[in-house]
Amino acid sequence: MPAKLDTENQLVTSLTDQFKNKIKTEYVITNRIKVSTSQDNFKNLAIAVKNLGFEQVISQGGTDYPDNNVFRLEYHLICVSKKKLRRIMFSIMTEISKDKPEIDTLIEIFPSAEFHEQETYENFGITFIGHPRKERLLLPEDWDDIPPLRKDYILPGRG
Amino acid sequence: MQNAAMNIEDKGGDKLVLHVGPQHPGSGHFRIVVTVDGDYIVGAKPDPGYVHRGAEKMAEYRDYIQNIPHLERPVIIDATGVTLPYVLTAERIIDVEAPERAQYIRMIMAELNRIISHLYWLGIYGIFLGHSTMFMWPMGDRELFIDLAESIGGTRVTFSYVVPGGVRNDMPSNFKERALKTFDYFEKRIEEYKKIFFNNPLMAARTEGIGILEKKDAIRLGITGSNLRACGIDSDTRKDEPYCLYDRVDFEIPTRKEGDSYARCIVRLEELQQSMNIMKQVLDIMEPGPIKQVIGGVMRGEPGEAFVRTEAARGTMFYHIVSDGEKNPYRVKISVPSFRNLIGMTHLLVGSRLADMPAIYWSLDYWPVEADR
Repeated sequence: MPAKLDTENQLVTSLTDQFKNKIKTEYVITNRIKVSTSQDNFKNLAIAVKNLGFEQVISQGGTDYPDNNVFRLEYHLICVSKKKLRRIMFSIMTEISKDKPEIDTLIEIFPSAEFHEQETYENFGITFIGHPRKERLLLPEDWDDIPPLRKDYILPGRG
Repeated sequence: MQNAAMNIEDKGGDKLVLHVGPQHPGSGHFRIVVTVDGDYIVGAKPDPGYVHRGAEKMAEYRDYIQNIPHLERPVIIDATGVTLPYVLTAERIIDVEAPERAQYIRMIMAELNRIISHLYWLGIYGIFLGHSTMFMWPMGDRELFIDLAESIGGTRVTFSYVVPGGVRNDMPSNFKERALKTFDYFEKRIEEYKKIFFNNPLMAARTEGIGILEKKDAIRLGITGSNLRACGIDSDTRKDEPYCLYDRVDFEIPTRKEGDSYARCIVRLEELQQSMNIMKQVLDIMEPGPIKQVIGGVMRGEPGEAFVRTEAARGTMFYHIVSDGEKNPYRVKISVPSFRNLIGMTHLLVGSRLADMPAIYWSLDYWPVEADR
């Protein structure tokens, strides 16, 4: 039985109408949408998705891909106020070069991203331009190794 | 000037910087640096990380089974609440589905754990407000639910009971009878809790109108779970995006409009009753059958990713697993409600009085180990 994806498809269509080929739809399955875009268009995409109704960052994180020399940065967004959208998780993603790991912060658009971004900053060394705080959050204050969630950081004793 | 022994810093003028925690008996392994002007908090900076172990990194060195007890550690108080979403995510990667009876037993364990976690919270909240009876009663009654969970999971708190493909073992044949007896007893106890604590004018004076979280701020700051429902939004992952077989049971989502500390407490109290209602229905409708889909060999997934959220005791628990086809996950991202509540905590503390800090802090049900991972 084919799953009903009317709402999901509507949401994606409204984005593709706006951004044309600047965004790529990674997948649309029941309750899950994932859209990616280039780094310079990421903030515009975030604003557009927020305007669709996805107002909270439920999770934000990165993944290190050393073979491609990129970090994948993802924001997983949910809506709690509109009943129709509550079942859907909307993920937006971009790739950042590891040579220059910088991107604009999204905390003006999503205030709930504040601590997530600080955590990603210390775990991957991705700088969020405009983020108010740069101090350690979860790691020890005297941590002087490479950011631990990068793949070239090997757990002590596991190398 | 800084007095290291007292951790008090004189900022000059009327302002004073005060470090609450990480050795404060009320804070848990967590520090919050507050700036006070007289009795009022004018600045609050949370400092988590005292129990950070790098669970996400360590998960990359363990296979899908080894990760169950590993990822249970941050929230042993709500063990099923944290392992169930992990297992549901892993099942999408490995492409297995648990049989119906296993889904029902998972729901029973999840709801038992919700009660165990809420009662722990209630006991500590009692002692925070200087009400030592309200510490002893929930801690004592919590044992009854721990006994029930132990009869299924085999241990008192860290069950590691939910596994990809189902659950580890079936529940004992006399479970229904024992559980109904406990529910019957506890429903009467809830009325006594109300009499001695929730309808107590002293409790009301300490919590009503204290730490009011507006609906719009709760949405903006990413608040989920009971804290969100206390602001008048009936959002609950068990209804919004049902997992296991929550769409087959009928239950209410307790909400309040006030958004203050009292509202957050009363929402959790009502959730205790709803959890028992869910379990009663599940015990009625579940039928004998297989409890596990056996997976041969080492579990591996196709390269890809999956993400799942569930309603844990403290709010929405979120897992994102990336697989590259190996036996260990390539990346595990855990987003926990306590960590997301830090921003709401800062928002609520600024502008409130120092004496109200315990009432606000613990009304959010912040669990430092969960936040730090």
